[in-house]
Amino acid sequence: MHAEEKMTNETWPASPEKATLEAKNKFLGFWFFLGGETVLFASLFATYLALKDKVPTGDHYLAKDLFEMPLVFLMTMLLLTSSLTSVYAMYHMKNFAFKKMQLWLGITVLLGLTFLGLEIYEFNHYVHEYNHTFTSSAFGSAFYTLVGFHGAHVAFGLLWIISLMIRNAKRGLSLYNAPKFYVASLYWHFIDVVWVFIFTVVYLMGMVG
Amino acid sequence: MANQQPTTGNPKVDIEYRRKKNAEEMRYQVVTFTLMIFLTLIAFAAVGFGDLSKWFTVPFILLLAVVQVIFQLYYFMHMSHKGHEAPALFLYSGALVGFVTVLAFVTIVWW
Repeated sequence: MHAEEKMTNETWPASPEKATLEAKNKFLGFWFFLGGETVLFASLFATYLALKDKVPTGDHYLAKDLFEMPLVFLMTMLLLTSSLTSVYAMYHMKNFAFKKMQLWLGITVLLGLTFLGLEIYEFNHYVHEYNHTFTSSAFGSAFYTLVGFHGAHVAFGLLWIISLMIRNAKRGLSLYNAPKFYVASLYWHFIDVVWVFIFTVVYLMGMVG
Repeated sequence: MANQQPTTGNPKVDIEYRRKKNAEEMRYQVVTFTLMIFLTLIAFAAVGFGDLSKWFTVPFILLLAVVQVIFQLYYFMHMSHKGHEAPALFLYSGALVGFVTVLAFVTIVWW
């Protein structure tokens, strides 16, 4: 099948994300990248766990003084829901419904932006109310590196999805861009996978003590 | 990689069949999402309201996180579909190296 060919409902394949050779390579290559990302985040988690609450003097705030459950809960729900909305987007992609896919991707982007806004608020709050900064302690460095790296992934994922939406707005779906949308949605799910461990290991375990 | 759904040679029938298949899968995705929300609520409740010992809570919420991530990988990221042998190899290799790294850092490296 030719990648740039104009497709119709009848010619659209069952797995458009893997219909061409380029798509198959992209799919495989992207999962390889996700394996590498797993190692990257695991090493940041390991560093965080080793340096948690390691502060130079007694007047520094520790994990249990900093984290507040309502904000973390809200951020978790936003990101989890955005994972479902991108599943909806891929559902419409497989049904060759371009407009609906764009709509659900748009909702995903809005949820992601809200998440990012809350994270910026959170960091700002820690810095100004608690003097918990990147350079204030080893705990601070490890915390901002781990959670900040995740936040940077969210920001990059948003830019990626927005770019795809704008670039392909007038093109419609083809076998050339379907794998691109699919891979971007995999990335978005992976961001949520990492967040599941962040809210558990950093925030909930931090509140436990 | 073979197509996951059979073709009859009649595009109209195929489309209807595939639409139905896709709609059915989407329903499972929504069920998965509900379960994930439920697991998240339990984890937050265990820490927020449960007067439980730290030695129970921490392994418990870690277990919930692992289950939730498995849902995410196998349903939302379609790892339960055919043709995901290589992705599984890549991801589990990464997870193994990651696990060993975390294990080393929390046990022997720092002390």
